[in-house]
Amino acid sequence: MALEESHVRRAAHLARLAVSDDQARGFVDDLSRILDMVDQLQSIDTEGVSPLAHPLDATQRLRADEVTETNQRDTFQRCAPAVENGLYLVPRVVE
Amino acid sequence: MHDKTLTQLAASLKSGEFSSRELTSHYLRKIEKADGTLNSFITVTGEQALNQAEAADKARAAGDTGLLTGIPLALKDIFCTRDVKTSCGSKMLDNFIAPYNATVVEKLSAAGTISLGKTNMDEFAMGSSNENSHYGAVKNPWDLKAVPGGSSGGSAAAVAAGLAPAAMGTDTGGSIRQPAAFCGITGLKPTYGRVSRYGMIAYASSLDQAGPMARSAEDCAHLMNVIAGHDVRDSTSVARGVPDYTESLNAPLSGLKIGLPKEYFGDGLAPEVEKSVRDAVKVYESMGATVREVSLPHTHYAIPAYYVIAPAEASSNLSRFDGVRFGHRCQDPVDLMDLYKRSRAEGFGEEVKRRILIGTHTLSEGFFDAYYTKAQKVRRLIRQDFLDAFEEVDVLMGPAAPTPAFDLGAKKDPVSMYLQDIYTIAVNLAGIPGISVPAGLAGGRPIGLQILGTHFAEAQLLNVAHQYQQATDWHLQLPAIAEENA
Repeated sequence: MALEESHVRRAAHLARLAVSDDQARGFVDDLSRILDMVDQLQSIDTEGVSPLAHPLDATQRLRADEVTETNQRDTFQRCAPAVENGLYLVPRVVE
Repeated sequence: MHDKTLTQLAASLKSGEFSSRELTSHYLRKIEKADGTLNSFITVTGEQALNQAEAADKARAAGDTGLLTGIPLALKDIFCTRDVKTSCGSKMLDNFIAPYNATVVEKLSAAGTISLGKTNMDEFAMGSSNENSHYGAVKNPWDLKAVPGGSSGGSAAAVAAGLAPAAMGTDTGGSIRQPAAFCGITGLKPTYGRVSRYGMIAYASSLDQAGPMARSAEDCAHLMNVIAGHDVRDSTSVARGVPDYTESLNAPLSGLKIGLPKEYFGDGLAPEVEKSVRDAVKVYESMGATVREVSLPHTHYAIPAYYVIAPAEASSNLSRFDGVRFGHRCQDPVDLMDLYKRSRAEGFGEEVKRRILIGTHTLSEGFFDAYYTKAQKVRRLIRQDFLDAFEEVDVLMGPAAPTPAFDLGAKKDPVSMYLQDIYTIAVNLAGIPGISVPAGLAGGRPIGLQILGTHFAEAQLLNVAHQYQQATDWHLQLPAIAEENA
């Protein structure tokens, strides 16, 4: 499955990564080599094999729906780039 | 002090030979002298360490002590440590002061251990050489031209150089075992879910696991006694009893059935590594173990499967670094999209971007089944290989890496770097535990023997490794830099 520059651009947009034209061409080369290596998977017969998402086949445990955490907004916002009145600041999104 | 194992240091603290403050000061001095050369630490927390050491000495005087009270340790900079910079080796988190402790940090602190600081690593644990760190490469204490391995390269180098008696690492595809092998120390990757991942910055959540890196298997057993166990804050941690890992260290090995996977002794394995591994196996035979060849037929598909699954999980996990709530933010964003895209482009290094792009691409519409679903099917086959092998034998043995440590700058092509992990990566896909123990030197660079067990067989692996270390002294050998700065 050949990788094209349009694939890299689409992935970069979906992943919210700014990529210059030069960088995009560089990624096409690197990623193509990685995907060529990955393509070895296609040679294995996996008919009837179910996908394994978790090595222990564990199921999600449930807990009671109770509030256990305290409000630590001030602590958590101390490492934020920009906050005001307890809110995170970003460029205007609604005109 | 630097040539003592953690177990010996604990005995010395108990007997009053020296105080925790003296011991901690000793390691801080060694870090100051040697780490300008090695670059194994990103952050040294000297003042906090001395305060913790004084508290430990007071606790000891009051009779309120555990086995590890007052023992200094280093933490890979992937573990969130309250009020301490936790960078994960990335520019993205260069300004991140963690607001809480990882469970591993919390448990080690509750056991009375002292944190010397945070060790260097490949950015977001993505790498096999520690060359992908925003804070520069780490040098191998045995040979400054060589890499220490990765991604827990700083932890491995610090322990090998005697800058800390032990360190915590994490292992997603070999990141504890391969640097342990390259630096001549002992490193255990526990079963997936055995140690809590809470507060450990996520790379690939179905593969990541924390574990101890130290001079000996006995040291690792003491640390496992502290860190293993269920944690309600990590829904994938396993609710299952934790044994005393030191209890079975001296169990005799007569009758132990060792399997040698034939795929681990094929093309690409350096002859000097093969010789050291086969010599180690002979030591086990002399203890009464039996040896047979086994097969893990899907071995060569482990790296391809990993490079779908791990980047896919990474692309999702790393979406949290958005320049809004914490971490790097670009200057003067024109709108929200620009803020996201430039903050992430500036904050992440090349290898991290590659993996995010691979993961995003393979998960995207039109490619998902061919890559991701296929890789997960192959993952099941890889795990089944191990389960079948453990029907026949108790443990598997082989090399931890195909060669001793390679030179800094030697592997520029990403794929050639990925192929270094051929003997470690399948273990994470299967979720089983593995340990690397020093088993030789070639050209002045250490060689690691890897021992694998079935799920939750950590106690057995530590027993098997400990018995080897009772019969050999590879784990006690130190690089010249450790002696020079004593």
